[in-house]
Amino acid sequence: MPVAVSTFRTLSEAARAFESDRAARIYSGGTIVMRDVNEGDVSFNRLIRITDPAYRAVSVGSEIRLGGGVTMGEIAAHRDLAFLAPVARAVGGPQVRTVATVAGNLFAPRPYGEMAAALVALGAVAETAEGRRLPVEELVRGAPRALVAAVAFPRPSGDFRFAKVTRVRPKGAALMSIAALLPRGGSGETRIVFNGMGPHPVRAVAAERALAGRASDPSAIAAAARAAAEGLSPLDDALASAWYRREVAGVHLKRLLESR
Amino acid sequence: MAKTPIAFTHNGDERAVFVDDGQNLLDMLRRTAGDLTPKYGCGQGTCGACTVLVDGAPQLACITLAETVDGRRIDTVAGLAAGQGGGRLSPLQKAFMDNFAAQCGYCTDGMLMSATALLARNPRPSRDEVVEAISGNLCRCTGYEAIINAVLQAASGGGSAQAGRR
Ligand SMILES: Cc1cc2nc3c(=O)[nH]c(=O)nc-3n(C[C@H](O)[C@H](O)[C@H](O)COP(=O)(O)OP(=O)(O)OC[C@H]3O[C@@H](n4cnc5c(N)ncnc54)[C@H](O)[C@@H]3O)c2cc1C
Repeated sequence: MPVAVSTFRTLSEAARAFESDRAARIYSGGTIVMRDVNEGDVSFNRLIRITDPAYRAVSVGSEIRLGGGVTMGEIAAHRDLAFLAPVARAVGGPQVRTVATVAGNLFAPRPYGEMAAALVALGAVAETAEGRRLPVEELVRGAPRALVAAVAFPRPSGDFRFAKVTRVRPKGAALMSIAALLPRGGSGETRIVFNGMGPHPVRAVAAERALAGRASDPSAIAAAARAAAEGLSPLDDALASAWYRREVAGVHLKRLLESR
Repeated sequence: MAKTPIAFTHNGDERAVFVDDGQNLLDMLRRTAGDLTPKYGCGQGTCGACTVLVDGAPQLACITLAETVDGRRIDTVAGLAAGQGGGRLSPLQKAFMDNFAAQCGYCTDGMLMSATALLARNPRPSRDEVVEAISGNLCRCTGYEAIINAVLQAASGGGSAQAGRR
């Protein structure tokens, strides 16, 4: 079935079109949605393109704001976003990163979603075209249909770390990935987020509790590693069984916390 | 089915074509523009055989909506040799020949375009940078070593592939 393409110059027009037409999907970088078009997916019959420059804008101050249409390639190359570059570079190969966007990553099915996991760890909020704000942590659990215009988060004052665990090198789908925000000097929130340990990026609450205020203490790291999979339901798929993921989650978390 | 007119630069030539709704760039290049160098491999962006450059950056033509290239520059392997005048192979293509970097040859065009993008941005890449640059291109003959050596040789101006290892 052919798919109609509607291109909008403003985010608000695109949002209205998207929210009023349940058979529409957004073509952001297209790396997921075009696969579905090629396969003849009939669950949608319209693609919405956004050419509003605001959708591609990056602003870096005490708050960092990334338009939904900012690409992984742009993040990887951005002078002031060096801490996020390892996450952006973990998404696909160079050709994918040329177009793959931040907003698309929030809706990517598992095992994808490295940037989504990082944004949950950074405490990011997603902004709609009308200015509504919703924590990315909630959005990834399944949010009401809305166009994500941008994501915003405070510039991390602590230590931000990221690791992607794959079986194929240099490129491959993630068995799991881990994003960690570790406050410096003991104040601030510790956030540990796993992708691959649940149906969407999830916080490892037990590990966070073990680490709170003492993320470099070896006994706290050991306790966090033991508790890494507590309360989580890892994916069970062709890449790895849930059992395997539960076994290795703590090992990879420990390596990330010990890395310097 | 609606047809949308678009114009783009194809290996230096101005082109104007009609694209179908939902048509991907690979289909447009092969069927409408008559350029058979980008290959159809998986149709899902996984194999890289359809890699072309859009405004100099590598993209997967099979998962790019054709109408997004309106007003942009597309470069494919068909333009590499022609760019050297009279069908002479480019240094990169020549290095692929010298290093036996093609076996069945199906991945070659995509590999060449990923390597072209790398060398334009970084004329003296390290081995690791070459590996990263072709990480989105699969070679099911598993001829990666020869391909990496070819890219390093082209980067070192045609000398020994070993030169690039240092
Ligand atoms: C070969 C290959 C390798 C890949 N490897 C990885 C990987 O390692 N890690 C990874 O995370 N991903 C990977 N991906 C998946 C994908 O490229 C990324 O997740 C990417 O960030 C998706 O963004 P996009 O802009 O291309 O999404 P699109 O395809 O444009 O959109 C995806 C979905 O999100 C919705 N959407 C898009 N924008 C918005 C918006 N603004 N508001 C509301 N909904 C929106 C769309 O409706 C659609 O359903 C890979 C893909 C390919 C083809």
